[in-house]
Amino acid sequence: MYPEELKYTDDHEWIRVENGKAYVGLTQYAQEQLGDVVFVELPDVGEEFEMGDSFGVVESVKTVSDLFMPVGGKVVEINEDLEDSPEAVNEDPYGDGWIVAIEIADKSQLDQLMDSEAYQKTLE
Amino acid sequence: MTRKTPLYERHVELGGKVVDFAGYKLPVQFAGIIEEHKAVRNDVGIFDVSHMGEFEFRGPQALEAVQKLIANNAAKLEINQVLYTPMCYPNGGVVDDLLVYRLDKDRFLFVVNAANLEKDWDWVQENTKEFDVEIENQSFETGQVALQGPKAQELLQKIYDRDLGQIKFFWLEKEGKISGKDCIVSRTGYTGEDGFEIYARNEDLVDIFDAIWDAGKEFNLQPCGLGARDTLRFEAALPLYGHELSQDINPFEARLKIFVDLEKGDFIGRDALVEVSEKGVEKRIAGIEMKDKGIPRQGYPVEVDGEEVGFVTSGTFSPTLGKNLGIVMVKKEFAKAGSNLDIRIRKRLLGAEVVKLPFYKRR
Repeated sequence: MYPEELKYTDDHEWIRVENGKAYVGLTQYAQEQLGDVVFVELPDVGEEFEMGDSFGVVESVKTVSDLFMPVGGKVVEINEDLEDSPEAVNEDPYGDGWIVAIEIADKSQLDQLMDSEAYQKTLE
Repeated sequence: MTRKTPLYERHVELGGKVVDFAGYKLPVQFAGIIEEHKAVRNDVGIFDVSHMGEFEFRGPQALEAVQKLIANNAAKLEINQVLYTPMCYPNGGVVDDLLVYRLDKDRFLFVVNAANLEKDWDWVQENTKEFDVEIENQSFETGQVALQGPKAQELLQKIYDRDLGQIKFFWLEKEGKISGKDCIVSRTGYTGEDGFEIYARNEDLVDIFDAIWDAGKEFNLQPCGLGARDTLRFEAALPLYGHELSQDINPFEARLKIFVDLEKGDFIGRDALVEVSEKGVEKRIAGIEMKDKGIPRQGYPVEVDGEEVGFVTSGTFSPTLGKNLGIVMVKKEFAKAGSNLDIRIRKRLLGAEVVKLPFYKRR
């Protein structure tokens, strides 16, 4: 439910560092709380954000929620498949449901995030 | 204080996600809003609507009291017939929208929105003092479930001891029983599908629910929450108080003209509504379909050529039609089907087109 290799935020996002870029998405808990995701508003590639900035919006049938940057950085890739299949956020939150990939500005910010165990404690 | 309905334990057992709504703990969803929504459109779903308020009017002047309060004409009701009506302020704005059940010649039941319960109760009492009528607030002793969907009748008939085929749309039966328990069954609902609303005493509602639930297995009966109730009523363009109706919106603006009878005699709000009917409205409700990608939500501004011309009253992704749709309140000249509107969604201005309401009509 909460893979060991990821880092987590209080805003229920995960980040996975991979070959110089980092993928960002919503956690299992977040997608369960949202319910059926029907729309994801993505940023543009090249946009830069600080840690904690809102970079997009995820909408379920009933709710509209901001997406927040786990760490500062530049958007290098967006998951365009979510335009036609936003339900991937529910069905495969750590895989096909990824939202953006970023180039991290300051890797030391990763140290401020939680590991799987610490994140799961916040959910209890 | 947040109240639990008689079915609270059932919601928890069935995996409902329970939230506080209008003073009650109620499930917002079970399996998921889209799945529940489709179950009602294709098969059958059950909703706990025990939060709805009920006021019973009894006495020689019950009809006069009801007639003064509502904009529609209760004198036309036969015994066991049901009426939908706005209840207005003197300025034509809406106190609430409700159902009126004629239980007998001198006996009526108002079914009102839970969110307006206190306000409605005060309003009803204040404005009926001159009549020989007794009004009882039964809201906290009365439970209600709604069984909705194309298979609702076939399911309910298995456990109901009267012929449901005899209950026409917007009629009721008050003599029948489910599991030996008294209940009022009406062919009414808030989903745009065929179906029934079943009223019973709180202490009888669990037995009635269990009987329906057991009979529902072969029909793939789905428990449904507030989320699906909202998307279903939205597609059918049934107004929701606080969205398409409010103290600042009159029934003509809300597309409810056919539920206002200006010829029936005096009622609260009549003078103002006569004037509106003569002069015409300045703004009105319309449906929109998004052309650009985005979901219109309540309160988002509606613009034309950079000028604000109204606001969104409700909006969502439509599970049945697979489109992002909205209901808006806009200046009359922009409410015609085919008009192009812009919806301000966060920082973006997204295109939409006015379409005819309702979005969905059952075949």
